[in-house]
Amino acid sequence: MTELPYVAATELAALLDAGDISAVELTETLRARVEHLDDKLHLFLKRTDERALSDARAADARRSSGDRLSLFDGVPIGYKDIFVTRGVPTTCGSRILEGWVPPFDATVVERCSRAGLPILGKLNMDEFAMGSSTENSAFGPSKNPWNLKTVPGGSSGASAALVAAGGAPWAWGTETGGSVRQPASLCGVVGVKPTYGLVSRYGMIAFASSLDQAGPLSRTVKDSAALLTIAAGHDPLDSTSIPQAAPDYLEGIDRGIAGMRIGIVKEIESGDGMQPGVGERVQEAYQRLEKLGASIEEVSLPSFEYGISAYYLIAPAEASSNLARYDGVRYGLRSSDGSDVGAMMARTRAEGFGDEVKRRIMLGTYALSAGYYDAYYGKAQRVRTLITRDLERAYASVDLIACPTSPTTAFKLGERTNDPLAMYLSDVFTVPVNLAGNAAISVPCGVSADDGLPVGLQLIAKSLDEATMFRAAYAFEQDLGWIDSPEGRPPL
Amino acid sequence: MPIDRAAVDHVARLARLDLSEQERRRMSDELGKILEHAERIQALALDGVEPTSHAVAIRNVMRPDEARPSLTQEEALSNAPVAEGGRFSVPRILEEEE
Repeated sequence: MTELPYVAATELAALLDAGDISAVELTETLRARVEHLDDKLHLFLKRTDERALSDARAADARRSSGDRLSLFDGVPIGYKDIFVTRGVPTTCGSRILEGWVPPFDATVVERCSRAGLPILGKLNMDEFAMGSSTENSAFGPSKNPWNLKTVPGGSSGASAALVAAGGAPWAWGTETGGSVRQPASLCGVVGVKPTYGLVSRYGMIAFASSLDQAGPLSRTVKDSAALLTIAAGHDPLDSTSIPQAAPDYLEGIDRGIAGMRIGIVKEIESGDGMQPGVGERVQEAYQRLEKLGASIEEVSLPSFEYGISAYYLIAPAEASSNLARYDGVRYGLRSSDGSDVGAMMARTRAEGFGDEVKRRIMLGTYALSAGYYDAYYGKAQRVRTLITRDLERAYASVDLIACPTSPTTAFKLGERTNDPLAMYLSDVFTVPVNLAGNAAISVPCGVSADDGLPVGLQLIAKSLDEATMFRAAYAFEQDLGWIDSPEGRPPL
Repeated sequence: MPIDRAAVDHVARLARLDLSEQERRRMSDELGKILEHAERIQALALDGVEPTSHAVAIRNVMRPDEARPSLTQEEALSNAPVAEGGRFSVPRILEEEE
């Protein structure tokens, strides 16, 4: 049998039901694994070992009396530290929230707790989810389990690394411009960006509200589908939540992809900042999809290349407004320096925010300021329309669009920290999807021949067509067989 | 092209960020580079293209105007850096009169 830390949640559910393992046993095993991993990878900002064990004991008691809360009652989970957790310190990777103990739970956390998922703790991230490497965390970077000298990606880097290294079968991350898919790609796991509005943003600390969306990370496609099923669906506490119930994404996931039409993007050329080893793997992936019965055709998305430009006007603009709430009055840090209230606020923000957060607040404030609004923010919103139209046009002839998740594999720690623009370009293939609001997944397609690090294939679906996306990703994963092989595990 | 220093100072004031001298110098350079990249969108023909502010077209969402349970005053104040008499306390806002 596969060692417990690498068993998928869907299989753990069956083992728990059969009484082959207990939730306490499982939680103890993962706790020991996490202990070992945390030393090397720096994954957790707060571990909740005691609570996880008492949650697991409760799950075992429910199972033995025959009234489990869900199929997954007793399968532990980790949360990116952007999710608000009642009674558990939440920092969002920032000094400005150090010591804050939320008085409520995020809807995602609430729904997973209601399904009986013990909480392992809160995972490291780039400060306020601004970054692609976790190097912007105020509490130090996390590392990639495939190579400790490289980044796990970001901003949900620790969530991806935890899952990749067998610290938990699944974890929650969030996206604004690729923060689930990109680390999933760099760590060799599955990461999902659901359709905007599918998962409630209530209790998810806001970065750019028109783009933010929670997403699952797991080793298998089925586990991400199952986790999304637990949390998706309308929430009256989020006014942008789509007012309908979500389906069970496991249903029909194994129906195969015969006859499915998959588009590959004409404008994405090898070269162009793309690592050769990534290009090779992704080309092989297209051929595999074809072998499985899909038809591959070229689609044109001419506005895609303007995604980063539009994103780095829209996201900072929204961030500059959202982050105005950190003023040293109601929660978090307050500077002791400051003779009047204005000075106190400006000092608090100067002391509490890191470089990247300051940079984006400045950029956003500039883009929204008098005289620049139309030229920057207004135009960027129009580009957003063009990207949406390009995708709609493509979906007239295809069911899914396939492309690389990230142009490169995991890069070295420190390599891009002094060049904000180079860091931003990590997200060139993911950002347009957030701007349009569609669903997308990153699924591992093996390792790159040039450095032995994981490569991710991105599948972009129509809005609310997660079912097609999961079906294709699952067929691909099963045929490749990488994640269940010894090669699919980092050497840790 | 770097953003000029007066603009950096103005924006820092709007954003209530008390940046150091070194941070201001770096900002002027870095913001310039990022905006230069963003300038690429100026080349697109955008006349007549409607702006998208949100991926989902949902109009105002209302709930019945009914009182519901919420945080207690104690809970709401539990994380305040300084609270006094059931309120958030801040440094002086108004100048004292001479």
